[in-house]
Amino acid sequence: MQLTNRSKQVSNKQMTFAERIYLPAIATGLGITIKHFFQKKVTIQYPEVKKNLGPVFRGRHVLKRDDQGRERCTACGLCAVACPAEAISMVAAERQKGEENLYREEKYAAVYEINMLRCIFCGLCEEACPKQAIYLRHDEFVPVFTERDQVIWGKDLLAENMNNRYLRKAWTKEEAREQDIKGIDAKPRTQL
Amino acid sequence: MENTAPQLFKITFDGIEIEVPPGTTIMQAARKIAEADATKSHLAPPAMCYYEPLKGSGGKCRACLVKVTAGSAKDPRPMPKLVPSCITTVQDGMVVENTTNEAVLETRRGIVEFLLINHPLDCPICDQAGECHLQDFAFEHGRVSTRYEEERRTFEKQDIGPYIQLHMTRCVLCYRCVFTADQITNKRVHGVLNRGDHAEISTYIEKAIDNDFSGNVIDVCPVGALTDKTYRFKNRVWFTKPVEAHCDCEKCSGNVTLWYRGDEVIRVTARKNEWGEVKEFICNTCRFERKKTSDWVIEGPTTVSRHSVIMANKYRADLKKPDFGLKVAAAQYKQIDDSRPFVTDNNTIRELSKENNAKANQRSLAENN
Repeated sequence: MQLTNRSKQVSNKQMTFAERIYLPAIATGLGITIKHFFQKKVTIQYPEVKKNLGPVFRGRHVLKRDDQGRERCTACGLCAVACPAEAISMVAAERQKGEENLYREEKYAAVYEINMLRCIFCGLCEEACPKQAIYLRHDEFVPVFTERDQVIWGKDLLAENMNNRYLRKAWTKEEAREQDIKGIDAKPRTQL
Repeated sequence: MENTAPQLFKITFDGIEIEVPPGTTIMQAARKIAEADATKSHLAPPAMCYYEPLKGSGGKCRACLVKVTAGSAKDPRPMPKLVPSCITTVQDGMVVENTTNEAVLETRRGIVEFLLINHPLDCPICDQAGECHLQDFAFEHGRVSTRYEEERRTFEKQDIGPYIQLHMTRCVLCYRCVFTADQITNKRVHGVLNRGDHAEISTYIEKAIDNDFSGNVIDVCPVGALTDKTYRFKNRVWFTKPVEAHCDCEKCSGNVTLWYRGDEVIRVTARKNEWGEVKEFICNTCRFERKKTSDWVIEGPTTVSRHSVIMANKYRADLKKPDFGLKVAAAQYKQIDDSRPFVTDNNTIRELSKENNAKANQRSLAENN
């Protein structure tokens, strides 16, 4: 009785002598194994070696400064209102006389905090920023934290280090696509 | 015998027929349509200078230009030029086109461009951002980018007293504050100096405005030219929570809107209607001095359109919280000990900011990563 029309005919053919001694099959299998000893390894020894994350990977945040080391952020609050996780908070202050070398505009963020437990690294803050002040670094992660007080990042962790500036070739996805950038090791394009 | 019953004029505004008493302006008729049906509120022409509570205002900014395709039933010829709807009174049988006329929309794009010629694009700094009429106007009717390349007009900074901050560069010369000074306060110490491109709002002989109701110029200003000095850079509008409140005030009605940040009243303004016009003018004591919750009787949260940025990230009180999650959290996790010192002192914050700046310059995260 046939239940379905998907039944297969099974072959009951006798194996040949070469097949019956199994040695050629074992040799073939060993050959495949030995071939991999001489091939390039695909494993990366993280964290000693790190993988290229691409030109617009979204890692930890950085508050950019301009060429003269002044903070670009004016505490306009657009990043905080754009943030879907409500991770960003800030307190604005007015720039005083003599602080022109520290802050670019009349108003600045005296306190700027990101809760890294809340942050989902979506990059909407970067897109919302009208002053090109906040970016998600493509080359660094948020390090693993073990204590509660390491979760909220203030300006001391976020503001850019002028001795070791953060530069990249493409600042937007469109730019990266335009230049067809593959690696991060290429020389930075311009200073921002 | 003469018929004394008020005769009503029938006009057609964007295809909608409405009957209004004679003497009504086109703007008021359009707002009447919008008030009757909330879905038609976008039909009302925008207004930058017209302010219903202020007599004589309007006709200056040209934001509300409309096309009259038929003057009246008796003389159905169209008006040759676009007319400002805020000061043009209706005629019986008038046919007005606003959003349905391409020429009107194109002209409005031009008007936005002209208003923005000398207006600095410093919305990220400006305290008015989020409730600025020029921002709304440019967003709804303007172009996406600017074509202007010349130097913008600037003014010398002027101090007009401890309560009001004047940013002359942001002014669009709507004259609303001048009318307020004229009509609300007893003596005018506030007006427009010079002409044309050099015209500027100022107090004569740099005399501080000391009238009891002078703070109302902050509320009537459509842009950020006149802002509250006590609120300066305190917070963005969309992080604050508006609450209706009243108090017993011998000078004014005492009906105000309080703007909260956490438990702190950071700003007091008059209540505004849906067109951004002040309902009742309030006195300076209410506006600048009473910044404690204990000074006020709270009536309840202000109704804000949910499309407004002021409603961003705000949750209703009847929001349902997930029971299960809360129970699990209560059973399995201990309370967070958030004993970080909460600093509110401005000088300390400023010093901390500098310290953090220096720290950031010293450290590099690269080696940890």
